Amino acid sequence: MSGHSQYTPKSGFAKWLERRLPIISFVYDSFVAYPTPKNLNYMWTFGAILSFMLVAQIITGIVLAMHYTPETTLAFDSVEKIMRDVNWGWALRYAHANGASMFFLAVYIHIARGLYYGSYKEPREVLWILGVVIFMVMMATGFLGYVLPWGQMSFWAATVITNLFSALPVVGPSITTWLLGDYAVGNATLNRFFALHYLLPFIIVAIVALHVWALHVTGQGNPDGVEVKDVKKETVPFTPYATLKDGYAIGAFLVLYAWMTFFVPNYLGHPDNYIEANPLVTPPHIVPEWYFLPFYAILRAIPSKLIGVIALFLSILILAALPWLDTSKVKSGSYRPQFRKAYWAFIATCVGLGYLGSQPAEGAFLWIARILTFYYFFHFVCILPWLSRHEKTEPVPESIEAAVNGRGVSHA
Amino acid sequence: MAAGCPMLDLRPGKEQTPMKASFRLMTLAVAALAMVAVTTPAARAGASHEEEKPERHEWSFAGVFGRFDKGQLRRGFKVYKEVCSTCHSIKMLAFRNLGQPGGPELSEKEVADLAASYKVKDGPNDTGEYFERTARPSDRFPPPFANEQAARAAMSGAYPPDMSVLVKARGYHRGFPGFLFDGLPGFSYQEHGADYIVSLLKGYKDAPEDFKVPDGQYYNVYMIGRRIGMPPPLSDGAVTYDDGAPQTVDQYAKDVTAFMAWVAEPSLVSRKKIGLGVISFLIVFAGLLYFTKRKIWSNVAH
Repeated sequence: MSGHSQYTPKSGFAKWLERRLPIISFVYDSFVAYPTPKNLNYMWTFGAILSFMLVAQIITGIVLAMHYTPETTLAFDSVEKIMRDVNWGWALRYAHANGASMFFLAVYIHIARGLYYGSYKEPREVLWILGVVIFMVMMATGFLGYVLPWGQMSFWAATVITNLFSALPVVGPSITTWLLGDYAVGNATLNRFFALHYLLPFIIVAIVALHVWALHVTGQGNPDGVEVKDVKKETVPFTPYATLKDGYAIGAFLVLYAWMTFFVPNYLGHPDNYIEANPLVTPPHIVPEWYFLPFYAILRAIPSKLIGVIALFLSILILAALPWLDTSKVKSGSYRPQFRKAYWAFIATCVGLGYLGSQPAEGAFLWIARILTFYYFFHFVCILPWLSRHEKTEPVPESIEAAVNGRGVSHA
Repeated sequence: MAAGCPMLDLRPGKEQTPMKASFRLMTLAVAALAMVAVTTPAARAGASHEEEKPERHEWSFAGVFGRFDKGQLRRGFKVYKEVCSTCHSIKMLAFRNLGQPGGPELSEKEVADLAASYKVKDGPNDTGEYFERTARPSDRFPPPFANEQAARAAMSGAYPPDMSVLVKARGYHRGFPGFLFDGLPGFSYQEHGADYIVSLLKGYKDAPEDFKVPDGQYYNVYMIGRRIGMPPPLSDGAVTYDDGAPQTVDQYAKDVTAFMAWVAEPSLVSRKKIGLGVISFLIVFAGLLYFTKRKIWSNVAH
């Protein structure tokens, strides 16, 4: 997308089309000739994996929507009919439900990669913020989708989450009623949740397009955190180099995805969601899907509901402020020894919060959740700005070429 | 730094201090978390009204090569039909399902005869009347009660749950770190629901003297709160097997649970068969891509 196109149309039709809509050269420049730094490691394959998962979720989702009924008395049974009476229905449903988990697994690795290698730093701030927006829309989509099977956890998760909005002063209750379309989670809620669950993935596609556009303007970052200086020496064309590497990574990821789908399809689910929604019976423990657990722990760690909700949203939004919280000139964590420790402590905090989110919020669990919640924000608000100013970083290689030569030939 | 962080103003000192202190705090928290995680299940088991952990059983349908045992499903169906079906519906199961591959695999004639022994409600007919007719293989099993209220009225307030997906709707907490292994190849354990149900069916005991069991309820060590509304459903010799299997509560419980596991997921066998093919293909496919990638990158230092 930068500079003159490397594509020269050969056939008559291609020449004709090129003068009217240069779509072939666009695709060629973006996915064939596009220069990728040659020092990328496998952490850089998750963008491709995520693109694959997005398409997979949309395809399985559209077919499932053809058989699903968003009506409270029929929804639960319609899902079981998909499992029993629709050809390949069980495969579609398990692939879609586990696909959501795999999508989140991949996005968490993708985000963790960005956090470690400073992918949010100048000039990639907009690229990063678009990523945070995608993550938030993904969370909304995942939550809405979890409600559709209309099991006990679906219903009570919807109740708990929509209830959060009632914590807002003055307008809270009206907003909740407006969201639900009723005074409680019911048929109106299920209908709109289905409509939105179908809509949001296409909004994600649109934001992903912007995300990829921004990526192609700035170029990819890389594990050494130094910008490309010599395109000829330091980059390789996307095809075949990145295509094959991404292809292999997707293949390996699919092995895991297939294992989950075909052999442990209910491992990440909750048995209560195979009980039809019942507004009169509250499950003993209401637990969200695993990918929401750290945020759920933060929400429950704070005694005031309103502040809990604010902390919940802040814990995600704060990611968007990263470019201005971590101002260290050194991008890659590989050359930042103290940052590295802080990074792993932060990852451990997130995993710990995840475990606590699955446990009852009482006693020792609650207090540890409070400490970890404090640390979660402390990492962003104090440790990162402090390190930016005071950390003694290691010398950064002069160029990608120098970094690669310094390592010798490797076949990672 | 301190200016940007009011919390740190409380402890002025060397520049390293806030970092180190916070790390120590973190380490403490993680250590405490690990301790709580490891000790809590043991501490919980000590309370006398807490339910016991279900026993693990061998299931033919467990694991990567798991298949249902046809004989067991047929015996289990007999137990369901003669005992459970008095109170429990199984509304998602159609008669024809019993003839499908991977299940009890009744013959076409057996399915037709079975369906013919049931009556189902249908209608309205041309004169606007609802009527009863003989069931067809495409019909689903008629429920024992017209609705929940009718069931509760007949069962002194209790509502026997539908059994169609009950095995998937039940489970128990494995605790840390067991739950981590349950999803892994080689360790995978997905039969929590079946183990819970078979244990429950065998879990009726005499209540300890200090434990009050209300009228109409029974003492069962696997039920939450150890009180259950269902009377002990099985007794030795209650169902006659014609294949020589032992006619004991243990055997009945296992057979009917296996049957329920099949009802909850009739596609389990094809899922596992197809899964093996899919994973084998993907491993080979990813392997080929890996070597192609290696070849292409072999002339680039990276």
